[in-house]
Amino acid sequence: MMVVYFLVGTPLFGALLLGIVGHKKEGARINLLLSFLTMISSLYLVYLISQQQILGNDSSDFYIDSLNVYLLALTAVVGFTTAFFSGPYMLHEAKVRKLSDARMRLYHSSYQGFIFTMLLGLSTNNLGVLWVSLEGATLTTVLLVSLYRTPSSIEAAWKYFILCGVGIAQALFGTVLVYFAAAKVIPNVEDSLLWTQLFAHAGELNPVIITIAFVFLLVGYGTKVGLVPLHNWLPDAHSEGPTPMSAVLSGLLLNVALYALIRIKMITDLALEGEQTVHIQNLAGYLMMGFGLISFTVAVLFLHRQRDIKRLFSYSSIEHMGLMTFAFGLGTPLSTFAGLLHMLVHGLTKSAIFISVGHAAQIAGTQSIEKIRGLIQTQPKVGWGLLIGTVVIAGFPPFGIFTSEFLLLSSTVHTYPWLAIPLLMGLSIAFAGLFKHIQPMCFGNKPENQQPVKATMWPVFLHLIIVLWLGLAIPEQLSQWFNNVTILITGSGVL
Amino acid sequence: MNIMSLPLSEQAILLFAGMVLFTSFSLLAQPRIVAAIRMFAWQGVLLSIVTVMVAVDTGLHHLYISALLTLLMKAIFIPWLLHRLVHKMEFQREQDILHHPVLVLLAGGVLVIFCYSIALPIERLGNSVTQPIIALSMAMVMLAMLMLITRHKAVSQVIAFMAMENGLFFAAVSATHGMPMVVELGIAFDVFVAAIIFGVFFFHIKDSFDSLDVDHLSSLSESDQ
Amino acid sequence: MLDLIDFKGWLLVIIQTWMFVFLAPLLVGWLTWLKCHLQNRRAPSLLQPYRNLWRLFHKDVLLPKHASLIFRMNPYIVAGVMLIAASIIPLFVVRMPSSATADVIVLVGFFALAKFFQSLAAMDIGTAFGGMGASREMTVSALAEPAMLMSVFTLAMVAHSTNLSTVVETLIQHGLVLRPSLLFAFAGLVLVAIAETGRIPVDNPSTHLELTMIHEAMVLEYSGRMLALIEWSSMTKLMIYGVLICNVFFPWGIALHHDFYSMFIGFIAIASKLMLLGVFLVVAETVLAKMRLFRVPIFLSLAFTLSLLGLLSYIILEVGS
Repeated sequence: MMVVYFLVGTPLFGALLLGIVGHKKEGARINLLLSFLTMISSLYLVYLISQQQILGNDSSDFYIDSLNVYLLALTAVVGFTTAFFSGPYMLHEAKVRKLSDARMRLYHSSYQGFIFTMLLGLSTNNLGVLWVSLEGATLTTVLLVSLYRTPSSIEAAWKYFILCGVGIAQALFGTVLVYFAAAKVIPNVEDSLLWTQLFAHAGELNPVIITIAFVFLLVGYGTKVGLVPLHNWLPDAHSEGPTPMSAVLSGLLLNVALYALIRIKMITDLALEGEQTVHIQNLAGYLMMGFGLISFTVAVLFLHRQRDIKRLFSYSSIEHMGLMTFAFGLGTPLSTFAGLLHMLVHGLTKSAIFISVGHAAQIAGTQSIEKIRGLIQTQPKVGWGLLIGTVVIAGFPPFGIFTSEFLLLSSTVHTYPWLAIPLLMGLSIAFAGLFKHIQPMCFGNKPENQQPVKATMWPVFLHLIIVLWLGLAIPEQLSQWFNNVTILITGSGVL
Repeated sequence: MNIMSLPLSEQAILLFAGMVLFTSFSLLAQPRIVAAIRMFAWQGVLLSIVTVMVAVDTGLHHLYISALLTLLMKAIFIPWLLHRLVHKMEFQREQDILHHPVLVLLAGGVLVIFCYSIALPIERLGNSVTQPIIALSMAMVMLAMLMLITRHKAVSQVIAFMAMENGLFFAAVSATHGMPMVVELGIAFDVFVAAIIFGVFFFHIKDSFDSLDVDHLSSLSESDQ
Repeated sequence: MLDLIDFKGWLLVIIQTWMFVFLAPLLVGWLTWLKCHLQNRRAPSLLQPYRNLWRLFHKDVLLPKHASLIFRMNPYIVAGVMLIAASIIPLFVVRMPSSATADVIVLVGFFALAKFFQSLAAMDIGTAFGGMGASREMTVSALAEPAMLMSVFTLAMVAHSTNLSTVVETLIQHGLVLRPSLLFAFAGLVLVAIAETGRIPVDNPSTHLELTMIHEAMVLEYSGRMLALIEWSSMTKLMIYGVLICNVFFPWGIALHHDFYSMFIGFIAIASKLMLLGVFLVVAETVLAKMRLFRVPIFLSLAFTLSLLGLLSYIILEVGS
């Protein structure tokens, strides 16, 4: 348990510390050091879980099992690599945009605060605390979105704040309803929001209340996942904030919100098991499939008309989150397995892409797609990083995203063959949309006086190599975890 | 469960709950920003009164803490903060003109009915006096959302946002007699931070757009200019 | 069962109705008296409204040149309607035989009827003020009537009857119940009453300012006994609303039996309730300023919302499932 406290406590301490000294030259270094400590403890946690499967018991405040341990590790690792990227990047930004000391303090403090809320949300056993931490994630990032104080960044931050606030309020209502239902069946009322208790007593929960609660929770956390039609904040917030924040938002926050949805769905499915018709039993799954498919379709179509490179990739994030939501909604062992894998590889790839995008935008001095040209000529590392990242996110073999999408497609063909058609079409449209924009940006002639910048590209290649590795061979331990989770969620495994 | 079979103290809970809903409606229709802030403060006061009454009725001591938190946050701190900001920016006489106020009020009525029909199956399960209030609290959340989409000033949107939090708190008090303490403290902390960040945002918006009208915030969209 | 030829009952009805009509100017006198004292003016006597009426009755009637039958009939129709309306409201005793003839929805209809003729008569003579007053009156009443009906429905649902006598009796039997629905219905009905009787902040009964007047604009062309009748009717209307509010929402003290002692108590009760209501009304009128005409619809939509809330909170909070 100590390691969990250390894991969650480090970024909290970091947020406070950097709130005081974050503007100094050492701010970035302290940020990096703290992220490194967080990563080490998360890796130690991974080791612990591989030994004893579960950390925490039925009534403990923190509960680590196969589902959240790899997300915790993902969060800590991406948090670390992004912190590495953020150091020189923010130094450059501070110079170009004349950011004051106070804002650098705010930036570093919020960065750690954000990591703290992510880790807290993932490791807590309490659905109420999960809500609090997701709301906290909004609060810590909202001032980052408006860090540059341009009118459009303030607009983006305001939208982000209001929309996510309203959305997440629905989730709290759902949480209250879950508590209401649970308080009737769980002996110790104070424990009624603990996920382990809820899961153990899920069969006794009142199905009507749980259904209503699930709808509220889906709308609430779905806003954070970026499901259409509640996605409006996402492209704005991603495009206007500093790039390291876009990387962690896309790579981590969306995952955590989806994680919350998965936990809720597990309870809902068990609570509705006793219902008469199959339709009601799978209600949660159908809703998630519907929202997922709509998000996927809409995002894919919007990819084509983007003019801002960060907006482009934020729509790609919506597309992939839609895909994952669909996968978990489908609910077969294979699709669940695919969804879990996709969460991991998408998180890694998307943060890598945003890091490359950040550098690309610094080279060109703008985020406008039309003005970013000839990246490979100017700075081959950045250009290739962006190109390969796009290849990966578009789902080319032999990378991990291809694997997860392939698994998802084959499981769709098994259950709902006709749904495979829109999925395949969507994937190819997305592919066309991405490459239409990326091709001239990477290739082509470089404009006059475009200079290379100091770039940190190794996190990009590290992420992409991990994704490649996951595409070629999933490590035994990881697939074992995925299988455990799949059994937990669907009742049967794939291995 | 008919109201006549309840003791007077529980009837009073329902009476005050009804008044809380009324404050939601008057927030919805109030164009003057200063008056809306005051009404919001009254909503906080009424909420904490209801919470105290529920605490007395059920004998749950942790509800006293919730009531105190609500009073401090929703009835004193946030209205005070908003008041100060409005005075600082010289927005005292500002109005947030509501187009079609009658229509908005009617829509509010329809929302209450809608929430009632949703909450009906939930109410049937309980036998506590506060069960009927779940529908009201859901309605408060919806009314606040309606207010949020019909208003154009940042200040009134914040009031709507906070009124929504009030609705959620009301839901927690009525459905489950409060949440576990750690969650409640967490929520209160979130609201506290949110209020401060909103305050910061007023200045940003004022500096960038020279007004608190969120209609100016419309440059980012997918539509072609 | 009520005996149709219940002489004692019908006698009571007649006494009660005439008391309504003859005490109405006293209520207006009381309001004026209070208001003058509150505003540090010398007050006229309590009986001043009677003197005014008396004087008007002894004046000649001047008819406009183009006045038709409607214009001449209108005062009598309005007065007659108010008289009937007064007969069904329990003033100090319930279980009157007349209550079987009309319920509270018919009461709303009576008021509408009176307003209909009033407006017709105002337009009949073709002056600008008449038409303007009529259109304003219709605007106000079109918004006020739904609100009043909503509020009345709330009452009817609480008491399971639309009969005023029964409503009052049921509410007394329930004893003290803190009903959110009645609180809202009360607030809604008070707002409607203010609008319908032309008091501040909707209309000012004591001025003839053409920009704002509603009720006064319609009766500008009347004189002599016709004007007296119309004035008297509007006093009666104020009284009816006052008694309605007092007796329905605070029914305590009203006589349930037809014996002298309880009726005496009932009389004292309603008299003191009305006096108290007058105090509240006058204080409110002194504090508030008259609102612009364009704000009146918002005022009335508030009344409607309140009444609607009353209805909803009855269903949501009080019945239970």
